[in-house]
Amino acid sequence: MTPLADTVIAAAAEAWRNEGEVIATGIGPIPRLAASFAKSTFAPDLLLTDSEVYYRTEPLPLGAHGASSGVEGYAPYARIFDMLWSGRRHAMVAPVQLDRFGQCNISVIGDHARPRAAMLGARGLPGNSVSHPNSFFIPQHSKRAFVAGEVDFVCGAGYNPARFPNGRIPAFVDLRLIVTNLAVLDFSGPAHAIRVRSLHEGVSFAEVADNTGFPLARPAHIPVTPAPSGQHRAIIAALDPGGVRHTIIKSA
Amino acid sequence: MSDKTTSIEQIVGALADGMTIGIGGWATRRKPMALVRAIARSALRDLTVVSYGGPDVGILAAAGKLRRLVFGFVSLDHIPLDPHFRAARQAGLPVWELDEGMLHWGLRAAAMRLPFLPTRAGLGTDIARQPEFRTITSPYDDAEALLAMPAIHLDAALLHVHRADRAGNTLTLSPDPFFDALMARAARQVFVTTEQLVDTAALDMQANARCNLFERALVTGVALAPYGAHPTSAAPDYQLDLPYLKTYAAAAADPASWHAYRSRFIDVSSEDYLCAVGGASSVHAQPVPAY
Repeated sequence: MTPLADTVIAAAAEAWRNEGEVIATGIGPIPRLAASFAKSTFAPDLLLTDSEVYYRTEPLPLGAHGASSGVEGYAPYARIFDMLWSGRRHAMVAPVQLDRFGQCNISVIGDHARPRAAMLGARGLPGNSVSHPNSFFIPQHSKRAFVAGEVDFVCGAGYNPARFPNGRIPAFVDLRLIVTNLAVLDFSGPAHAIRVRSLHEGVSFAEVADNTGFPLARPAHIPVTPAPSGQHRAIIAALDPGGVRHTIIKSA
Repeated sequence: MSDKTTSIEQIVGALADGMTIGIGGWATRRKPMALVRAIARSALRDLTVVSYGGPDVGILAAAGKLRRLVFGFVSLDHIPLDPHFRAARQAGLPVWELDEGMLHWGLRAAAMRLPFLPTRAGLGTDIARQPEFRTITSPYDDAEALLAMPAIHLDAALLHVHRADRAGNTLTLSPDPFFDALMARAARQVFVTTEQLVDTAALDMQANARCNLFERALVTGVALAPYGAHPTSAAPDYQLDLPYLKTYAAAAADPASWHAYRSRFIDVSSEDYLCAVGGASSVHAQPVPAY
């Protein structure tokens, strides 16, 4: 039986297939492992940082700090902005809330002026969302994460014309995959509606729908999310020798 | 050449209630923490702080120094959420929340003496619905609607560097300069704390020129502050102190914890602070962190 975490990482890595020579940014352990797996397998041209300031020729395993060998380029924050504004990046983040437009939130739960729970702040999500392709990872597919209505504080913009000047969504808004512990979703339903793309082994469409706060587009046939091969699982294990992934995505 | 050397206490004395103060560094990296602690124990109040936030924001929030925070995030990196910042936010600390790049852009506009710089960042989000913002339509054929990020003017910028001379020439040796240079250019006064105060020749400027982020003409005062970034990093001189950051975070548990933390680490001299955190050997013993 393939651990669910490995299937999720391999599925999330698909976000970077055919992206070419762009920065692959995965924020949080699972997105980072997915970006690292993509670079280690089918997308060797991706630019991957040490999560600090250098690009590395090979992905850095979780928990390792950057050795001086294997550095191929310089990635201070100012240049990350220069690259992301130019569109040469595809990020995967793990927002606390996501809504039917693909709008996401990592700032506050509740009222912005006096939040029930204050979190990080918007970080770079606003700029990312209107500059380059973005994908999402949601560790616990639930109505708390996939909210009805809109997220409490829109940090990352989505396909919601009402929020843009003149009702026009900027050309560079480009939302791709949503990978969860239940399914892989995308934005290819009618008018960018969120659609179920594949279901993880043993998960039904009804289970996904019941844990989502808004209606989902349902294709006639939904495949099962493919499990990675033994060779690919070995690559994932080498990228996460401590097994952090299994603490985030537990197998049933 | 004018001698700009001063002390941390004199820098705090040059600040005033109600000022807008930019704090350099990024999260747990190269924050002017000795200066931050000095502000926390001063009588200063009602400050607006502009920061890529880390424990600088948390300490000033917990010490009740903030009237308003201008920020893109506050994080301790390995401890993702700063509990002191969270408590202040949840108690209603007023904020102007920005995208990280908008903060960069606002400082750049101030540095260039422009009223604003156009950007797409923020469009379509709740960031743009804050009352400080206006949009602008491109005057060219594209006619795109853009957000006009207003200039963020600073009354003072507080920055920590590795080496400085008495004239205000500085070296920032860590691999990422962050946005310290923009803060220096956006500020009316720039106060620098330095790990080492050296002769100009010892800066070896020709070899280290890429680590010289801004001109001495921008620098108002330079104070010697060895380990002045602790518990944040001043790599390559020393790394962040994660065990200490856990002590700092735990101090948010209740008022008694904060009081104990404060009397041990804030209301003390620099020398006593260094002893309290385990001495120079402990600071140097911290490992290179994994991010």
